[in-house]
This record gives sequence, C-alpha cells and structure tokens, in this order.
Amino acid sequence: MSAEVRIPAPFRRLTGNRARVRAEGGTVRQLLGDLESKFPGFHGLLFDKQGRLPPHIKIYVNGQDVASLAGLDTPLQEGDQVTIIPATAGGTPDAVLTAEQRERYSRHMVLPHWGEKGQRRLMAAKVLVVGAGGLGSPVLLYLAGAGVGTLGVVEFDTVEISNLPRQILHHMHDLGRSKAQSARGTLADNNPDVNVVLHETCLSSENALDIIRDYDVIVPAVDNLATRYLVNDACVLLRKPMVEASVLTYEGQCTVFLPGQGCYRCLYPAPPPPGLMPTPASAGVLSITPAVMGPIQAMETIKLILGIGEVLNGRLLLFDALAMEFRQVRIRRDPNCAVCGDHPTVTSLIDYDDFCGIAAERK
Amino acid sequence: MSITIRIPAPLRSLTGSAQTVEGSGGSVRDCIDDLEGRFPGLKERICDDSSELRRFINIYVNGEDIRFLSGLQTPVKDGDELSIVPAVAGG
Repeated sequence: MSAEVRIPAPFRRLTGNRARVRAEGGTVRQLLGDLESKFPGFHGLLFDKQGRLPPHIKIYVNGQDVASLAGLDTPLQEGDQVTIIPATAGGTPDAVLTAEQRERYSRHMVLPHWGEKGQRRLMAAKVLVVGAGGLGSPVLLYLAGAGVGTLGVVEFDTVEISNLPRQILHHMHDLGRSKAQSARGTLADNNPDVNVVLHETCLSSENALDIIRDYDVIVPAVDNLATRYLVNDACVLLRKPMVEASVLTYEGQCTVFLPGQGCYRCLYPAPPPPGLMPTPASAGVLSITPAVMGPIQAMETIKLILGIGEVLNGRLLLFDALAMEFRQVRIRRDPNCAVCGDHPTVTSLIDYDDFCGIAAERK
Repeated sequence: MSITIRIPAPLRSLTGSAQTVEGSGGSVRDCIDDLEGRFPGLKERICDDSSELRRFINIYVNGEDIRFLSGLQTPVKDGDELSIVPAVAGG
C-alpha cells in the first residue's frame, strides 16, 4: 500500500527538506522500513537502541495515534496519511527565549519559516565544523550568530600570520595560539549562548566516528583531500548529512550530501596522484572566496536544521569570483560508489593518507 | 560546430588565461583532442595514460555529468556547453 508520510521538520534533513514523501507498506512497521530504505538514517531517529519506538515519538494514521490502534502493526490502506510527530519537534521542549535572545534573534525570527519555533530548533541543534580556517571561520561565525546551540570545532593548528587575510576568527593577538582556542574566544565574543565544544585533535580513522557521532549536521571546512574523504566516509557510515565546500584561487565549490543520496566519492571517486593537486600555499586562495563559500555552507546547514528551502543535494554549486558568476551542475549518487553504492567495498574507515598517496598537509 | 568549453582555473595557464574557449568535435573525446591540438599539454591534465578521464576531474555537458551519460563518448553538438571541473582541495 502506498501512503503519504508527513515528515516533521527535525527529520527533513534526511528527505532533502521535503515535508511529505510517499512510502510503501501494508503496516506502519513495513512503511517505516520502506522509509529507511529510501532515506537511510530514519531508523536511528525513530527507534531506541533496543529497536523500540520511544514514548516521545508519536505516529498517527489518518489522525489516529497508532498506540490506540494496533501499534506498529496497524494496517494501512492505499491513500492513508501517516504523520510522525516527535515531542521535541519544537526544538528544546522547555526552552524559553530570554528577552535578550528575542532581541538578538529578532531579525531572524520575523523571517518566514523561522519564528520562535525555528529559533528553538536551531538552539537545540548540534553542528560539527571540521576546521577553523578559511571556510570554517565564516561558517562558525554565522552559525554562532544564528544561535546554533552546540558548535563542535575540530582543529589542532596554531594561528599564523598568513592565515589572517581569510581566517577571520583569528586576530593579531592570536598569533601562535591554538586556532581552536582562538575560535572559541571569537565565537563567545559574538554569542556567549553557544556551547562551543573543542576537539583539539587531528581527525583520524581512530577518532572520527566517535567525534562525528554526536552531531546532527557535519560541515567539513578542511584544506586537504585526505580529511575530506575521511569525513565523507564517516558521514556515510554514520548516516549524517554533510555540507561540503572547497576553494582555490578565485573559485569555489559547494554541495550537500544527504544519507543515501550520494557522497563525495560519488563526485570524485579518487584523488589525484601526489603533486598533481595545487594547494592554497602553492596556487593561492583569495580571501574573498572562502568568505563567499563559507556562509553558503552556513546557509545550507541552517536550511537543513529548520527544514526550509531547497538544499544543494543533487547539485554542485560552482563559484568563479573573477567572472563573478555562480553556476550549477547536476550530480548524483553512483550505484558503483565504493562507500555508498549498492555494493560498497569500503565499510570501515581506511588509511586516507595512503589513499591520497601523500601526507595530509594542513596549510 | 561551436561548443563552449569552460576551463577551470588550474588549467588556464595552458589556454592563455582564457576561462572559456570555443571547441569543436562530435563527442567529448573529440573536443578534448581538439583542445590538445590548440593548447598542448591540456589533455594529459584531463586524461590519464589510457586516455580515460582522470577520476578527480568531472566533465559536464549542459550541466550533466558525462559519467552518467556515455562517458567520453558522450555526443556534443553546436551550442552545447562543456564544463571541466576538477576536485579542489582548499579550505
């Protein structure tokens, strides 16, 4: 049986922000299984570790709570309407905005599709930004400014003077200081309400899954391919949405990968041989380029959290600062992808320095 | 035939800094060979020793990835736009 399923906003990051989708099943249980196959990650949001539906998740069939019918074995008819409502749909259940927060976020809360409900949803969200450099700086600043409740920062580098033109979280008085500490200081100066969690470590195959696991949306803001592939594979394995961007010279790229709908390896199956990939240090990067792409990453992240607009999944946004031109090309999931394809050959994290053939540079 | 070919920044040193060039050919492969004739050295940046597209470079014809069309044999015609887009590492 085919039924219309209404998706609550906190879950729409798995459906490309679609509020209504169709799914098949003779019972609610079968329909939820079909939802999982279409939008991997749903089971993790709906069920507890014992595979049971927790009390705060309500499912209605044609307006009736399945708990008053036959539970997950409630039969479905063609054309039924199934609604999923988590009790925390409005963000932190008991969050009340203070007068200062209402003033702080006033320009956002009056926006269509935002309001106090959207603001509370942001305040309940957890976003991990990998890197506090050229891309990471504006991403973190705008997410903090918007009131994302928890911002994780993965960064182990120290501030150098060549960083300052584009890594706007850091200042002259931060030279030689831990970038992570510097980032936390600047973010706190803008919005002390944000819980900034520092992961002052080099992301690796040993720690990536544990670090990424606790966050809702992952934003790689890294400067090398090895870490890109690492974050990508971890997001695929953990079924996390990923907002990816990259920059060089006067150009940038950005897209969103949703669980089950393609990944970075679908886009670029293999890295270039060592020496064939220009880096910011060798080819240069205009500071304005990450200043454009980073906020786009922040915008896509906010859209995922709020469940609004059309995110970039299935599209690669290309920016050329010299032509002052934005273009889009269509991208798609590769059924032969090594990590997210129909028959994956990569089912755990690998040695990414070896995969890329070079030691990862973090400049 | 006139096909608009968009050149990514890392390859513009080979095209005299041109970000867009006009090309010709009945297929993507023909266009690359035509480009090589006019801008020597371009082909080896795009294709490997087997003349296959390098896996960190994508080519789009009118916005569609040729890997999901007919690869380098994807036909092109007058008025089409061909974009060469390599992976970029910086952040």
